[in-house]
Amino acid sequence: MPILSYGRDSWPIAEGQSVLDCLLERGIPVPHSCRSGLCQSCLMRAVDGTPPAAAQKGLRDSLKARNHFLACVCQPTENLAVASMEATAHDSSIPATVRGLELLNAEVMKVVLECHDPLDYRAGQFINLVRDAQLSRSYSLASVPEHDEHLHLHVRRVPQGRASRWVHEELRPGHRVDIRGPAGECFYTDGDKDQGLLLVGTGSGLAPLFGIARDALQRGHSGPIRLFHGSRDRRGLYLTRELRDLARSQPNFDYTPCLSGPEAPPGHARGRVHDIALQETGSLKNWRVYLCGHPEMVKSAKKHAFLAGASMKDIYADAFVVSPPGASDTN
Amino acid sequence: MTSKMSDWWTQTHDSLYAQLGGEPAVDAAVDIFYRKVLSDDRISHFFEDVDMDKQAAKQKAFLTMAFGGPHHYTGQDMRRAHAHLIPRGLSDGHVNAVIENLASTLRELGVRDELIAQVGAIAESTRNDVLNR
Ligand SMILES: Cc1cc2nc3c(=O)[nH]c(=O)nc-3n(C[C@H](O)[C@H](O)[C@H](O)COP(=O)(O)OP(=O)(O)OC[C@H]3O[C@@H](n4cnc5c(N)ncnc54)[C@H](O)[C@@H]3O)c2cc1C
Ligand code: HEM
Ligand code: FES
Repeated sequence: MPILSYGRDSWPIAEGQSVLDCLLERGIPVPHSCRSGLCQSCLMRAVDGTPPAAAQKGLRDSLKARNHFLACVCQPTENLAVASMEATAHDSSIPATVRGLELLNAEVMKVVLECHDPLDYRAGQFINLVRDAQLSRSYSLASVPEHDEHLHLHVRRVPQGRASRWVHEELRPGHRVDIRGPAGECFYTDGDKDQGLLLVGTGSGLAPLFGIARDALQRGHSGPIRLFHGSRDRRGLYLTRELRDLARSQPNFDYTPCLSGPEAPPGHARGRVHDIALQETGSLKNWRVYLCGHPEMVKSAKKHAFLAGASMKDIYADAFVVSPPGASDTN
Repeated sequence: MTSKMSDWWTQTHDSLYAQLGGEPAVDAAVDIFYRKVLSDDRISHFFEDVDMDKQAAKQKAFLTMAFGGPHHYTGQDMRRAHAHLIPRGLSDGHVNAVIENLASTLRELGVRDELIAQVGAIAESTRNDVLNR
Protein backbone atom coordinates (compact mmCIF):
# COMPACT_ATOMS: atom_id res chain seq x y z
CA MET A 1 0.00 0.00 0.00
CA PRO A 2 1.35 3.49 -0.78
CA ILE A 3 2.32 5.70 2.14
CA LEU A 4 0.81 9.16 2.56
CA SER A 5 2.91 11.63 4.57
CA TYR A 6 1.79 14.95 6.01
CA GLY A 7 4.15 16.95 8.20
CA ARG A 8 5.78 14.44 10.53
CA ASP A 9 3.01 11.82 10.23
CA SER A 10 2.53 9.11 7.68
CA TRP A 11 -0.02 6.38 7.08
CA PRO A 12 -0.67 3.67 4.54
CA ILE A 13 -3.44 4.77 2.21
CA ALA A 14 -5.89 2.19 0.87
CA GLU A 15 -6.23 1.76 -2.86
CA GLY A 16 -9.03 3.99 -4.09
CA GLN A 17 -9.01 6.20 -0.99
CA SER A 18 -8.53 9.91 -1.60
CA VAL A 19 -5.89 12.01 0.13
CA LEU A 20 -8.73 14.22 1.36
CA ASP A 21 -10.60 11.34 3.02
CA CYS A 22 -7.43 9.89 4.51
CA LEU A 23 -6.44 13.24 6.08
CA LEU A 24 -9.97 14.02 7.32
CA GLU A 25 -10.17 10.55 8.92
CA ARG A 26 -7.01 11.42 10.85
CA GLY A 27 -8.59 14.63 12.08
CA ILE A 28 -6.51 16.91 9.87
CA PRO A 29 -8.66 19.83 8.71
CA VAL A 30 -8.46 20.28 4.94
CA PRO A 31 -10.82 22.81 3.33
CA HIS A 32 -13.17 21.11 0.89
CA SER A 33 -16.59 21.43 -0.68
CA CYS A 34 -17.64 19.44 -3.78
CA ARG A 35 -15.46 16.33 -3.26
CA SER A 36 -15.56 15.83 -7.01
CA GLY A 37 -12.53 17.73 -8.30
CA LEU A 38 -14.58 20.72 -9.38
CA CYS A 39 -14.46 23.55 -6.89
CA GLN A 40 -10.69 23.53 -6.15
CA SER A 41 -11.25 24.22 -2.43
CA CYS A 42 -9.07 21.24 -1.50
CA LEU A 43 -5.94 22.41 -3.32
CA MET A 44 -2.72 20.99 -1.76
CA ARG A 45 0.90 20.55 -2.82
CA ALA A 46 3.00 17.41 -3.21
CA VAL A 47 6.38 18.00 -1.57
CA ASP A 48 7.65 14.53 -2.50
CA GLY A 49 6.31 12.10 -5.09
CA THR A 50 4.15 12.85 -8.10
CA PRO A 51 0.40 13.30 -7.80
CA PRO A 52 -1.62 11.24 -10.33
CA ALA A 53 -2.60 13.18 -13.47
CA ALA A 54 -6.29 12.84 -12.59
CA ALA A 55 -5.69 14.94 -9.48
CA GLN A 56 -4.36 17.85 -11.57
CA LYS A 57 -7.10 17.99 -14.17
CA GLY A 58 -8.45 21.48 -14.69
CA LEU A 59 -5.62 23.20 -12.79
CA ARG A 60 -3.74 26.00 -14.47
CA ASP A 61 -0.33 25.07 -15.86
CA SER A 62 1.67 27.01 -13.29
CA LEU A 63 -0.04 25.11 -10.45
CA LYS A 64 0.65 21.79 -12.16
CA ALA A 65 4.26 22.78 -12.66
CA ARG A 66 4.59 23.31 -8.92
CA ASN A 67 3.02 19.95 -8.01
CA HIS A 68 -0.28 21.26 -6.76
CA PHE A 69 -3.21 18.86 -6.86
CA LEU A 70 -6.81 18.41 -5.71
CA ALA A 71 -6.91 16.21 -2.62
CA CYS A 72 -10.47 14.94 -3.11
CA VAL A 73 -9.66 13.26 -6.44
CA CYS A 74 -6.11 12.23 -5.58
CA GLN A 75 -5.85 8.48 -5.15
CA PRO A 76 -2.13 7.83 -4.85
CA THR A 77 -0.66 4.69 -6.39
CA GLU A 78 2.83 5.47 -5.05
CA ASN A 79 4.18 7.16 -1.93
CA LEU A 80 3.23 10.80 -1.64
CA ALA A 81 4.19 13.54 0.83
CA VAL A 82 1.75 16.42 0.88
CA ALA A 83 1.50 19.89 2.44
CA SER A 84 -1.33 22.35 2.91
CA MET A 85 -1.32 25.64 1.03
CA GLU A 86 -0.67 27.44 4.31
CA ALA A 87 2.41 25.36 5.08
CA THR A 88 3.58 26.08 1.54
CA ALA A 89 3.36 29.80 2.19
CA HIS A 90 5.52 29.53 5.31
CA ASP A 91 8.57 27.75 3.98
CA SER A 92 11.66 28.28 6.10
CA SER A 93 13.97 31.18 5.41
CA ILE A 94 17.08 31.22 3.25
CA PRO A 95 20.06 33.52 3.87
CA ALA A 96 21.24 35.82 1.08
CA THR A 97 23.83 38.57 0.65
CA VAL A 98 23.13 41.94 -0.98
CA ARG A 99 25.41 42.13 -4.05
CA GLY A 100 24.19 45.33 -5.60
CA LEU A 101 21.86 48.32 -5.22
CA GLU A 102 21.06 50.57 -8.14
CA LEU A 103 18.38 53.23 -8.58
CA LEU A 104 16.43 52.55 -11.79
CA ASN A 105 14.53 55.84 -11.46
CA ALA A 106 13.82 58.26 -8.61
CA GLU A 107 11.75 55.75 -6.68
CA VAL A 108 12.63 52.20 -7.80
CA MET A 109 15.71 50.43 -6.43
CA LYS A 110 17.12 47.37 -8.12
CA VAL A 111 18.31 44.97 -5.42
CA VAL A 112 20.70 42.18 -6.38
CA LEU A 113 20.80 39.25 -3.95
CA GLU A 114 23.06 36.24 -3.88
CA CYS A 115 21.40 33.23 -2.24
CA HIS A 116 23.65 31.09 -0.09
CA ASP A 117 21.87 28.00 -1.39
CA PRO A 118 20.67 27.84 -4.97
CA LEU A 119 17.04 28.94 -5.17
CA ASP A 120 14.76 27.01 -7.50
CA TYR A 121 12.51 29.72 -8.90
CA ARG A 122 10.89 31.05 -12.05
CA ALA A 123 11.07 34.64 -13.26
CA GLY A 124 7.88 36.42 -12.16
CA GLN A 125 7.43 34.52 -8.90
CA PHE A 126 8.01 36.46 -5.70
CA ILE A 127 10.04 36.01 -2.54
CA ASN A 128 9.46 37.44 0.89
CA LEU A 129 12.23 39.70 2.03
CA VAL A 130 12.60 39.57 5.81
CA ARG A 131 13.76 42.68 7.66
CA ASP A 132 13.27 41.18 11.12
CA ALA A 133 10.83 38.92 12.94
CA GLN A 134 8.18 41.66 12.79
CA LEU A 135 8.48 42.66 9.16
CA SER A 136 8.61 40.86 5.86
CA ARG A 137 7.35 41.95 2.44
CA SER A 138 6.81 40.29 -0.92
CA TYR A 139 8.95 41.32 -3.91
CA SER A 140 8.77 39.87 -7.38
CA LEU A 141 11.71 38.33 -9.22
CA ALA A 142 12.83 40.23 -12.33
CA SER A 143 15.79 37.90 -12.89
CA VAL A 144 15.79 34.78 -15.06
CA PRO A 145 17.64 31.93 -13.32
CA GLU A 146 19.23 30.54 -16.51
CA HIS A 147 20.41 33.99 -17.50
CA ASP A 148 21.13 36.06 -14.40
CA GLU A 149 23.57 34.93 -11.76
CA HIS A 150 21.74 36.52 -8.83
CA LEU A 151 18.18 37.44 -7.83
CA HIS A 152 16.94 40.84 -9.01
CA LEU A 153 14.18 42.75 -7.25
CA HIS A 154 12.67 46.16 -8.07
CA VAL A 155 11.61 47.85 -4.84
CA ARG A 156 9.52 50.99 -5.18
CA ARG A 157 9.83 53.47 -2.37
CA VAL A 158 6.46 54.00 -0.69
CA PRO A 159 5.86 57.10 1.51
CA GLN A 160 6.34 56.01 5.14
CA GLY A 161 6.88 52.47 3.88
CA ARG A 162 8.71 50.44 6.50
CA ALA A 163 10.28 47.77 4.30
CA SER A 164 10.84 49.93 1.23
CA ARG A 165 12.47 52.73 3.28
CA TRP A 166 14.77 50.16 4.86
CA VAL A 167 15.74 48.86 1.42
CA HIS A 168 16.33 52.35 0.02
CA GLU A 169 18.13 53.90 2.99
CA GLU A 170 19.73 51.21 5.08
CA LEU A 171 20.61 48.21 2.94
CA ARG A 172 24.20 48.16 1.69
CA PRO A 173 26.12 45.76 -0.52
CA GLY A 174 27.53 42.98 1.66
CA HIS A 175 24.61 43.03 4.11
CA ARG A 176 23.04 39.69 4.96
CA VAL A 177 19.28 39.29 4.73
CA ASP A 178 16.81 36.41 4.94
CA ILE A 179 14.31 35.56 2.25
CA ARG A 180 11.45 33.07 2.10
CA GLY A 181 9.88 31.47 -0.95
CA PRO A 182 9.69 31.47 -3.87
CA ALA A 183 5.91 31.56 -4.26
CA GLY A 184 3.31 32.68 -6.77
CA GLU A 185 1.86 31.47 -10.04
CA CYS A 186 2.75 34.41 -12.22
CA PHE A 187 5.39 32.94 -14.52
CA TYR A 188 5.91 31.66 -18.07
CA THR A 189 4.94 28.06 -18.74
CA ASP A 190 6.05 26.15 -21.80
CA GLY A 191 2.97 25.17 -23.69
CA ASP A 192 1.69 26.82 -26.80
CA LYS A 193 4.73 28.69 -28.14
CA ASP A 194 2.64 30.54 -30.74
CA GLN A 195 0.17 31.95 -28.23
CA GLY A 196 0.15 35.72 -27.84
CA LEU A 197 1.37 37.01 -24.45
CA LEU A 198 -0.05 40.26 -23.10
CA LEU A 199 1.94 41.74 -20.20
CA VAL A 200 0.44 44.69 -18.32
CA GLY A 201 1.98 46.35 -15.26
CA THR A 202 2.04 49.55 -13.26
CA GLY A 203 5.01 50.92 -11.28
CA SER A 204 7.30 48.20 -9.96
CA GLY A 205 4.80 45.72 -11.44
CA LEU A 206 7.32 45.82 -14.28
CA ALA A 207 9.65 43.59 -12.21
CA PRO A 208 7.86 40.26 -12.78
CA LEU A 209 6.96 41.22 -16.36
CA PHE A 210 10.57 42.05 -17.25
CA GLY A 211 11.48 38.59 -15.96
CA ILE A 212 8.60 36.80 -17.70
CA ALA A 213 9.22 38.47 -21.08
CA ARG A 214 12.91 37.56 -21.05
CA ASP A 215 12.15 34.04 -19.80
CA ALA A 216 9.63 33.50 -22.62
CA LEU A 217 12.07 34.80 -25.25
CA GLN A 218 14.86 32.65 -23.90
CA ARG A 219 12.64 29.56 -24.02
CA GLY A 220 11.92 30.23 -27.68
CA HIS A 221 8.43 31.68 -27.45
CA SER A 222 7.45 32.52 -31.02
CA GLY A 223 4.05 34.22 -30.63
CA PRO A 224 3.77 37.97 -30.07
CA ILE A 225 4.84 39.27 -26.64
CA ARG A 226 3.37 42.69 -25.91
CA LEU A 227 4.47 44.59 -22.83
CA PHE A 228 2.56 47.67 -21.59
CA HIS A 229 4.04 49.57 -18.64
CA GLY A 230 2.03 52.29 -17.00
CA SER A 231 2.82 55.23 -14.75
CA ARG A 232 1.44 58.68 -14.11
CA ASP A 233 4.34 60.49 -15.73
CA ARG A 234 7.72 59.74 -17.26
CA ARG A 235 9.52 59.75 -13.92
CA GLY A 236 7.70 56.53 -12.96
CA LEU A 237 8.94 54.61 -16.00
CA TYR A 238 12.22 52.71 -15.94
CA LEU A 239 14.30 50.26 -17.97
CA THR A 240 12.94 52.09 -21.02
CA ARG A 241 16.22 51.91 -22.93
CA GLU A 242 16.64 48.17 -22.25
CA LEU A 243 13.04 47.50 -23.28
CA ARG A 244 13.30 49.56 -26.49
CA ASP A 245 16.52 47.71 -27.34
CA LEU A 246 14.83 44.39 -26.71
CA ALA A 247 11.93 45.42 -28.98
CA ARG A 248 14.42 46.30 -31.73
CA SER A 249 16.32 43.02 -31.47
CA GLN A 250 13.37 40.66 -30.98
CA PRO A 251 10.81 40.84 -33.80
CA ASN A 252 8.00 39.26 -31.74
CA PHE A 253 8.43 41.59 -28.72
CA ASP A 254 7.04 45.10 -28.41
CA TYR A 255 6.93 47.62 -25.62
CA THR A 256 4.51 50.48 -25.00
CA PRO A 257 5.10 52.91 -22.11
CA CYS A 258 1.77 54.44 -21.06
CA LEU A 259 1.28 57.67 -19.12
CA SER A 260 -1.98 58.37 -17.33
CA GLY A 261 -1.12 62.02 -16.52
CA PRO A 262 -2.00 65.03 -18.68
CA GLU A 263 0.93 64.75 -21.07
CA ALA A 264 2.41 62.03 -23.22
CA PRO A 265 5.55 62.90 -25.19
CA PRO A 266 6.18 61.15 -28.54
CA GLY A 267 6.82 57.42 -28.15
CA HIS A 268 4.40 57.15 -25.23
CA ALA A 269 0.70 56.25 -25.18
CA ARG A 270 -1.63 58.43 -23.15
CA GLY A 271 -4.21 56.84 -20.83
CA ARG A 272 -4.59 54.07 -18.30
CA VAL A 273 -2.28 51.21 -19.11
CA HIS A 274 -4.88 48.43 -19.11
CA ASP A 275 -7.31 50.46 -21.23
CA ILE A 276 -4.58 51.02 -23.81
CA ALA A 277 -3.38 47.41 -23.71
CA LEU A 278 -6.87 46.02 -24.25
CA GLN A 279 -7.72 48.53 -26.98
CA GLU A 280 -4.50 47.88 -28.88
CA THR A 281 -4.69 44.11 -28.65
CA GLY A 282 -8.39 43.65 -29.46
CA SER A 283 -9.71 40.13 -29.04
CA LEU A 284 -7.78 38.14 -26.43
CA LYS A 285 -9.11 34.78 -27.53
CA ASN A 286 -6.22 32.31 -27.12
CA TRP A 287 -3.97 34.93 -25.51
CA ARG A 288 -2.19 34.47 -22.22
CA VAL A 289 -2.36 37.52 -19.98
CA TYR A 290 -0.06 38.60 -17.12
CA LEU A 291 -1.16 41.45 -14.84
CA CYS A 292 1.02 42.91 -12.08
CA GLY A 293 1.07 45.93 -9.82
CA HIS A 294 -1.66 48.19 -8.47
CA PRO A 295 -4.50 46.03 -7.05
CA GLU A 296 -7.27 48.12 -8.63
CA MET A 297 -5.63 47.90 -12.05
CA VAL A 298 -5.16 44.14 -11.67
CA LYS A 299 -8.75 43.58 -10.62
CA SER A 300 -10.27 45.64 -13.38
CA ALA A 301 -7.89 44.35 -16.06
CA LYS A 302 -8.60 40.74 -15.05
CA LYS A 303 -12.30 41.17 -15.62
CA HIS A 304 -11.89 43.05 -18.90
CA ALA A 305 -9.26 40.65 -20.25
CA PHE A 306 -11.65 37.80 -19.54
CA LEU A 307 -14.56 39.60 -21.19
CA ALA A 308 -12.27 40.33 -24.18
CA GLY A 309 -11.97 36.59 -24.72
CA ALA A 310 -9.02 35.37 -22.62
CA SER A 311 -9.74 32.11 -20.89
CA MET A 312 -9.72 32.26 -17.08
CA LYS A 313 -6.93 29.68 -16.94
CA ASP A 314 -4.76 31.88 -19.14
CA ILE A 315 -4.90 34.94 -16.89
CA TYR A 316 -2.04 35.22 -14.40
CA ALA A 317 -2.04 38.05 -11.91
CA ASP A 318 -0.13 39.42 -8.94
CA ALA A 319 -1.81 42.31 -7.20
CA PHE A 320 0.80 44.18 -5.14
CA VAL A 321 -1.51 44.31 -2.15
CA VAL A 322 -0.23 46.52 0.65
CA SER A 323 -0.68 45.94 4.33
CA PRO A 324 -3.19 48.26 6.01
CA PRO A 325 -1.71 51.27 7.85
CA GLY A 326 -0.55 50.38 11.35
CA ALA A 327 -0.36 46.63 10.82
CA SER A 328 2.89 45.56 12.42
CA ASP A 329 3.44 42.43 10.37
CA THR A 330 2.09 40.62 7.34
CA ASN A 331 2.55 37.47 5.30
CA MET B 1 -33.05 -0.55 -9.81
CA THR B 2 -30.46 -3.21 -9.02
CA SER B 3 -26.94 -2.33 -9.92
CA LYS B 4 -26.91 -4.79 -12.84
CA MET B 5 -29.99 -3.15 -14.22
CA SER B 6 -28.62 0.33 -13.80
CA ASP B 7 -25.45 -0.75 -15.64
CA TRP B 8 -27.66 -2.01 -18.42
CA TRP B 9 -29.60 1.23 -18.38
CA THR B 10 -26.57 3.50 -18.63
CA GLN B 11 -25.06 1.33 -21.32
CA THR B 12 -28.11 1.49 -23.53
CA HIS B 13 -29.31 4.99 -22.73
CA ASP B 14 -26.51 7.52 -22.61
CA SER B 15 -26.89 9.77 -19.61
CA LEU B 16 -27.64 13.43 -20.21
CA TYR B 17 -24.07 14.24 -19.16
CA ALA B 18 -22.66 11.82 -21.76
CA GLN B 19 -24.99 13.11 -24.46
CA LEU B 20 -23.81 16.65 -23.80
CA GLY B 21 -20.20 15.52 -24.16
CA GLY B 22 -19.11 15.09 -20.53
CA GLU B 23 -16.28 17.05 -18.98
CA PRO B 24 -14.90 18.56 -22.22
CA ALA B 25 -18.36 20.03 -22.81
CA VAL B 26 -18.37 21.56 -19.33
CA ASP B 27 -14.92 23.03 -19.99
CA ALA B 28 -16.14 24.49 -23.28
CA ALA B 29 -19.17 26.01 -21.57
CA VAL B 30 -17.50 27.43 -18.47
CA ASP B 31 -15.89 30.56 -19.94
CA ILE B 32 -18.86 31.36 -22.18
CA PHE B 33 -21.29 31.02 -19.29
CA TYR B 34 -19.16 32.98 -16.82
CA ARG B 35 -18.68 35.76 -19.40
CA LYS B 36 -22.47 36.00 -19.79
CA VAL B 37 -22.99 36.12 -16.03
CA LEU B 38 -20.40 38.89 -15.58
CA SER B 39 -21.95 40.91 -18.39
CA ASP B 40 -25.53 40.51 -17.12
CA ASP B 41 -26.44 43.57 -15.06
CA ARG B 42 -29.23 41.70 -13.32
CA ILE B 43 -26.82 39.34 -11.55
CA SER B 44 -23.21 40.42 -12.13
CA HIS B 45 -23.03 42.20 -8.74
CA PHE B 46 -23.30 38.86 -6.94
CA PHE B 47 -20.07 37.78 -8.60
CA GLU B 48 -18.08 41.03 -8.54
CA ASP B 49 -16.21 41.13 -5.26
CA VAL B 50 -15.16 37.50 -5.13
CA ASP B 51 -11.93 35.96 -6.37
CA MET B 52 -12.42 35.33 -10.10
CA ASP B 53 -10.37 32.11 -10.15
CA LYS B 54 -12.42 30.60 -7.37
CA GLN B 55 -15.56 31.77 -9.10
CA ALA B 56 -14.57 30.11 -12.37
CA ALA B 57 -14.06 26.82 -10.50
CA LYS B 58 -17.48 27.20 -8.90
CA GLN B 59 -19.06 27.84 -12.30
CA LYS B 60 -17.62 24.53 -13.33
CA ALA B 61 -19.24 22.91 -10.31
CA PHE B 62 -22.53 24.55 -11.20
CA LEU B 63 -22.39 23.42 -14.84
CA THR B 64 -21.41 19.85 -13.99
CA MET B 65 -24.40 19.69 -11.71
CA ALA B 66 -26.79 21.15 -14.27
CA PHE B 67 -25.44 18.82 -16.97
CA GLY B 68 -26.35 15.84 -14.80
CA GLY B 69 -22.69 15.02 -14.27
CA PRO B 70 -21.00 13.40 -11.27
CA HIS B 71 -21.01 15.53 -8.11
CA HIS B 72 -21.70 15.13 -4.42
CA TYR B 73 -23.67 18.27 -3.68
CA THR B 74 -26.80 17.88 -1.61
CA GLY B 75 -29.75 20.24 -1.28
CA GLN B 76 -28.27 21.21 2.06
CA ASP B 77 -25.00 22.19 0.34
CA MET B 78 -26.94 24.39 -2.08
CA ARG B 79 -28.65 26.09 0.85
CA ARG B 80 -25.32 26.75 2.54
CA ALA B 81 -23.55 27.90 -0.65
CA HIS B 82 -26.18 30.58 -1.30
CA ALA B 83 -27.28 31.51 2.24
CA HIS B 84 -25.00 34.57 2.31
CA LEU B 85 -26.69 35.89 -0.85
CA ILE B 86 -30.21 35.91 0.65
CA PRO B 87 -29.61 39.06 2.74
CA ARG B 88 -28.26 40.64 -0.46
CA GLY B 89 -31.66 40.14 -2.06
CA LEU B 90 -31.26 36.85 -3.99
CA SER B 91 -34.66 36.09 -5.52
CA ASP B 92 -36.54 34.16 -8.20
CA GLY B 93 -35.63 36.75 -10.80
CA HIS B 94 -31.93 36.01 -10.29
CA VAL B 95 -32.44 32.28 -10.61
CA ASN B 96 -34.37 32.91 -13.84
CA ALA B 97 -31.48 35.01 -15.14
CA VAL B 98 -28.95 32.27 -14.34
CA ILE B 99 -31.08 29.65 -16.08
CA GLU B 100 -31.48 31.96 -19.12
CA ASN B 101 -27.72 32.42 -19.36
CA LEU B 102 -27.29 28.69 -19.08
CA ALA B 103 -29.70 28.06 -21.97
CA SER B 104 -28.13 30.70 -24.21
CA THR B 105 -24.67 29.25 -23.51
CA LEU B 106 -25.84 25.83 -24.63
CA ARG B 107 -27.55 27.27 -27.71
CA GLU B 108 -24.31 29.00 -28.63
CA LEU B 109 -22.56 25.65 -28.40
CA GLY B 110 -25.11 24.11 -30.75
CA VAL B 111 -26.84 21.85 -28.21
CA ARG B 112 -30.28 20.49 -29.19
CA ASP B 113 -33.33 22.17 -27.61
CA GLU B 114 -34.48 18.91 -26.08
CA LEU B 115 -31.24 18.57 -24.08
CA ILE B 116 -31.29 22.25 -23.14
CA ALA B 117 -34.73 21.69 -21.64
CA GLN B 118 -33.40 18.80 -19.55
CA VAL B 119 -30.50 20.92 -18.26
CA GLY B 120 -32.94 23.70 -17.43
CA ALA B 121 -35.08 21.25 -15.49
CA ILE B 122 -32.15 20.13 -13.34
CA ALA B 123 -31.23 23.74 -12.51
CA GLU B 124 -34.91 24.47 -11.85
CA SER B 125 -35.09 21.57 -9.37
CA THR B 126 -32.57 23.33 -7.10
CA ARG B 127 -34.50 26.62 -7.00
CA ASN B 128 -35.98 26.28 -3.51
CA ASP B 129 -32.69 25.16 -2.01
CA VAL B 130 -30.75 27.97 -3.68
CA LEU B 131 -33.31 30.48 -2.39
CA ASN B 132 -33.28 28.86 1.07
CA ARG B 133 -37.02 28.38 1.34
C1 LIG C 1 2.69 39.22 -4.53
C2 LIG C 1 3.29 40.58 -4.28
C3 LIG C 1 4.39 40.98 -5.01
C4 LIG C 1 4.95 42.24 -4.81
N1 LIG C 1 6.02 42.62 -5.57
C5 LIG C 1 6.54 43.87 -5.41
C6 LIG C 1 7.65 44.30 -6.22
O1 LIG C 1 8.17 43.56 -7.06
N2 LIG C 1 8.12 45.56 -6.03
C7 LIG C 1 7.57 46.42 -5.10
O2 LIG C 1 8.05 47.56 -4.97
N3 LIG C 1 6.53 46.02 -4.31
C8 LIG C 1 6.01 44.77 -4.44
N4 LIG C 1 4.97 44.38 -3.64
C9 LIG C 1 4.51 45.29 -2.55
C10 LIG C 1 5.41 45.10 -1.34
O3 LIG C 1 5.27 43.79 -0.82
C11 LIG C 1 5.10 46.06 -0.17
O4 LIG C 1 3.73 46.03 0.13
C12 LIG C 1 5.51 47.50 -0.46
O5 LIG C 1 6.91 47.54 -0.74
C13 LIG C 1 5.19 48.42 0.72
O6 LIG C 1 5.79 47.93 1.90
P1 LIG C 1 6.38 48.90 3.02
O7 LIG C 1 6.75 48.09 4.22
O8 LIG C 1 7.45 49.75 2.43
O9 LIG C 1 5.15 49.84 3.36
P2 LIG C 1 4.19 49.73 4.65
O10 LIG C 1 4.98 50.10 5.87
O11 LIG C 1 3.53 48.40 4.63
O12 LIG C 1 3.14 50.84 4.31
C14 LIG C 1 3.31 52.19 4.74
C15 LIG C 1 2.13 53.04 4.38
O13 LIG C 1 2.12 53.29 2.98
C16 LIG C 1 0.90 52.86 2.41
N5 LIG C 1 1.24 52.29 1.10
C17 LIG C 1 1.82 51.09 0.87
N6 LIG C 1 2.02 50.90 -0.43
C18 LIG C 1 1.57 52.00 -1.05
C19 LIG C 1 1.50 52.38 -2.40
N7 LIG C 1 1.90 51.58 -3.39
N8 LIG C 1 0.99 53.60 -2.70
C20 LIG C 1 0.56 54.41 -1.72
N9 LIG C 1 0.60 54.09 -0.41
C21 LIG C 1 1.08 52.90 -0.08
C22 LIG C 1 0.34 51.84 3.35
O14 LIG C 1 -1.06 51.73 3.29
C23 LIG C 1 0.81 52.38 4.69
O15 LIG C 1 -0.08 53.35 5.16
C24 LIG C 1 4.40 43.12 -3.83
C25 LIG C 1 3.30 42.69 -3.08
C26 LIG C 1 2.75 41.46 -3.29
C27 LIG C 1 1.57 41.03 -2.47
C1 HEM D 1 -30.02 27.90 -10.64
C2 HEM D 1 -29.61 27.14 -9.67
C3 HEM D 1 -28.22 27.25 -9.07
C4 HEM D 1 -27.38 26.19 -8.86
C5 HEM D 1 -27.64 24.71 -9.21
C6 HEM D 1 -26.17 26.73 -8.28
C7 HEM D 1 -25.07 25.96 -7.94
C8 HEM D 1 -23.95 26.42 -7.31
C9 HEM D 1 -22.82 25.61 -6.92
C10 HEM D 1 -22.66 24.11 -7.18
C11 HEM D 1 -21.93 26.41 -6.29
C12 HEM D 1 -20.57 26.02 -5.69
C13 HEM D 1 -20.69 25.71 -4.22
C14 HEM D 1 -19.35 25.39 -3.56
O1 HEM D 1 -18.73 24.38 -3.89
O2 HEM D 1 -18.93 26.18 -2.71
C15 HEM D 1 -22.48 27.76 -6.29
C16 HEM D 1 -21.87 28.88 -5.76
C17 HEM D 1 -22.33 30.17 -5.95
N1 HEM D 1 -23.51 30.57 -6.52
FE1 HEM D 1 -24.91 29.32 -7.30
N2 HEM D 1 -26.29 28.08 -8.13
C18 HEM D 1 -27.52 28.46 -8.61
C19 HEM D 1 -28.05 29.74 -8.66
C20 HEM D 1 -27.35 30.88 -8.29
C21 HEM D 1 -27.85 32.24 -8.44
C22 HEM D 1 -29.23 32.61 -8.98
C23 HEM D 1 -26.86 33.07 -7.98
C24 HEM D 1 -26.84 34.57 -7.94
C25 HEM D 1 -27.30 35.34 -8.87
C26 HEM D 1 -25.76 32.24 -7.55
C27 HEM D 1 -24.57 32.71 -7.03
C28 HEM D 1 -23.56 31.93 -6.53
C29 HEM D 1 -22.35 32.47 -5.94
C30 HEM D 1 -21.98 33.93 -5.76
C31 HEM D 1 -21.58 31.35 -5.55
C32 HEM D 1 -20.19 31.37 -4.93
C33 HEM D 1 -20.19 31.41 -3.47
C34 HEM D 1 -18.76 31.35 -2.98
O3 HEM D 1 -17.90 32.00 -3.59
O4 HEM D 1 -18.51 30.64 -2.03
N3 HEM D 1 -26.09 30.92 -7.76
N4 HEM D 1 -23.70 27.73 -6.93
S1 FES E 1 -13.38 19.47 -2.68
FE1 FES E 1 -13.96 20.46 -4.52
S2 FES E 1 -12.20 20.13 -5.76
FE2 FES E 1 -11.81 18.94 -4.03
